[in-house]
Amino acid sequence: MNEDQDIKHEHEPNDWKKYTIVLFITLTIFISGFWISNYFNNKKIDQLKNIESKISLDIMSSETQFSLLQEQSCKDVSNSILSSELNSLADKISYSENNIGIDDTDVVSLKKYYSLLEIKDYLLMKKIKERCDERSVFVLYFYKNDDCTDCTKQGFVLTSLKQKYPDLRVYSFDYNLDLSAIKAMTSIYKVPDNLPAMVINGKVYSGFKSLEEIEKSFPELESIKIEEDDDSTSNKKDGVNGTIKNIIKPL
Amino acid sequence: MNIVYNVIFYTLCFVAMYAQIFYLSTFIEKRKKIVKNPERLNLKRYPTVTIAVPCYNEGKTLSKTINSLLDLDYPKDKIKILIVDDGSKDNTWEVAQQFKDNPSVVLIHKENGGKHTALNLAIEKSDSEFFGCLDADSLVHPQALKRIISYFENDIKTMAVCPSIIAYNPNNFIQHAQSMEYMMSVYIKKTMGLIGGIHVTPGPFSIFRKKVFDDLGPYHKAHNTEDQEIALRMQEHGYKIDHCPDAYVYTNTPDTISKLYRQRLRWIYGFIKNLIDYRRLLFKKKYGTVALFTLPSGLVGIIGVIFLFINVIGNIFRFIYLKILEINTVGFSNLFNFHYEFDWFFLSTKAVLFFSIIMYILVIVSVLIGRKMAEGKSNFSISIIYYFIVYSVIAPFWMLNAIYNAIRSKESSWTFERRVTKKTT
Repeated sequence: MNEDQDIKHEHEPNDWKKYTIVLFITLTIFISGFWISNYFNNKKIDQLKNIESKISLDIMSSETQFSLLQEQSCKDVSNSILSSELNSLADKISYSENNIGIDDTDVVSLKKYYSLLEIKDYLLMKKIKERCDERSVFVLYFYKNDDCTDCTKQGFVLTSLKQKYPDLRVYSFDYNLDLSAIKAMTSIYKVPDNLPAMVINGKVYSGFKSLEEIEKSFPELESIKIEEDDDSTSNKKDGVNGTIKNIIKPL
Repeated sequence: MNIVYNVIFYTLCFVAMYAQIFYLSTFIEKRKKIVKNPERLNLKRYPTVTIAVPCYNEGKTLSKTINSLLDLDYPKDKIKILIVDDGSKDNTWEVAQQFKDNPSVVLIHKENGGKHTALNLAIEKSDSEFFGCLDADSLVHPQALKRIISYFENDIKTMAVCPSIIAYNPNNFIQHAQSMEYMMSVYIKKTMGLIGGIHVTPGPFSIFRKKVFDDLGPYHKAHNTEDQEIALRMQEHGYKIDHCPDAYVYTNTPDTISKLYRQRLRWIYGFIKNLIDYRRLLFKKKYGTVALFTLPSGLVGIIGVIFLFINVIGNIFRFIYLKILEINTVGFSNLFNFHYEFDWFFLSTKAVLFFSIIMYILVIVSVLIGRKMAEGKSNFSISIIYYFIVYSVIAPFWMLNAIYNAIRSKESSWTFERRVTKKTT
């Protein structure tokens, strides 16, 4: 076959048009992907905002109820505080930090609002405790997100503690969250920046504290321990199941 | 750090998706050009063809392979089969003796020197117009040769034609997974063949004009992937390589993970090394699709699979680390306290989830198109799931291993894959 001696071997010209069209198709899919993701994220943020305004309403109504009733009916007031909703809100916010972004402005503002709700709940509960002579224990827990293994461990301890003592009220705060109310609290209680730090019924502890250490320093805890023969329905109401979230940055 | 991670992640996503859409759009654009040959084809002329069967320890499969070649629907006087025993240590030579009286078959025994030496010896001894090779672990469809030769007849510029390789009698999980992969590559190969993007002329039954070797020289060792190197050399010189989707070759696929691992380690290692050797081609527009698309996307594919894998492993380790930390801190009390209520809120809405779904759909579509081309049916098969499992779990290991070996230049050989259990020197 001598005929193929004359063949000139060369590539066919490149189809630049196709490279460009494929680029546009891929870009379109990519942009739609981000758009869809953003759409659902906004839906979630809206959902969280709704939950927060509902909780805010509940707290305000409890405050008002409390002011009206004064010391007459302590029991009604304490039962109406929906701290379990606060707990499930914490789960959702922490999930959003991972899923939407820890620096996302919406997420940060949701978290700030959540912290404010916690403080309001704390102040109200403290008043109820004083006036109604309830045997509650309050834990203000300060953590940070970055590079803090002890915070993660402390979170596990507090979750565990809350399972053991369902009436324990744990309020967790991101120490580095830029919120004046949190700064005011840390300065009132003189919370050091050696995290994790806790304020338990007014006393300040810094660094990791194990379950046993906390129990030893707080014999009051015994008084709010689950009593086996108690009917379990009352426990559920107060949110036994909430986990104490340290919000951990993704890898 | 997070930003860098995201940029890499989404770039890889983008390139992977670009590649899949590129295949699909090329296929849709050119699908009319894919010739479907009639069941029995008649050629204008039957040129002479030499088929080399290099073997190293292939006693078990050799006679089936040779018989399938003898059964090819092609004039017997135009075809010559060269069995080259590359110093086998098993009974290959004895098995080959049964064909010694067949006028179409020539037996050659040589000292072990590697597959490329066996092939080059066969090229030297060949005076045919066409030259091809068939690995001794593969069988050919009776019409395969005619169909391939028709491509050369129709286009004088076509210098090599690759067949469709199909997994032979897949039995287990691993083989079914490979079977899907081979079907997908029928589609990808054909698509790439249409636009000059083929970067490998596989050992089983790729047929060349003998002139290719006269012009460009014999096979090179090429890191034990001589079939990749010759294709790249041809692309460098603008020699056209096509693919014939209905020229079926049935190949025995590795039946265990470790055999598959060794095979792929060699392929990927060869790909990386050949890519380094032929880096001058990369992104040069005069070398066409192979330089602009095939090689870059292959490289990004390897990096992508590894990146994804490290990501998954990282998450698993992080999960385990947290669990251990939890047990160390508070004991087992929390561990069994599963409290899970389904809430739509906790369904991921990251963009990456959307991209993964699109990618899975594109890959499934590729497999189904390939299946349609290879088998004529395109229904979903459970093997596609096997394919995803095997390749997402194991592939990263051989890819990482290949990169590691490529850095250390540690070769995995063809003979190593085929070694007999009893070692002799």
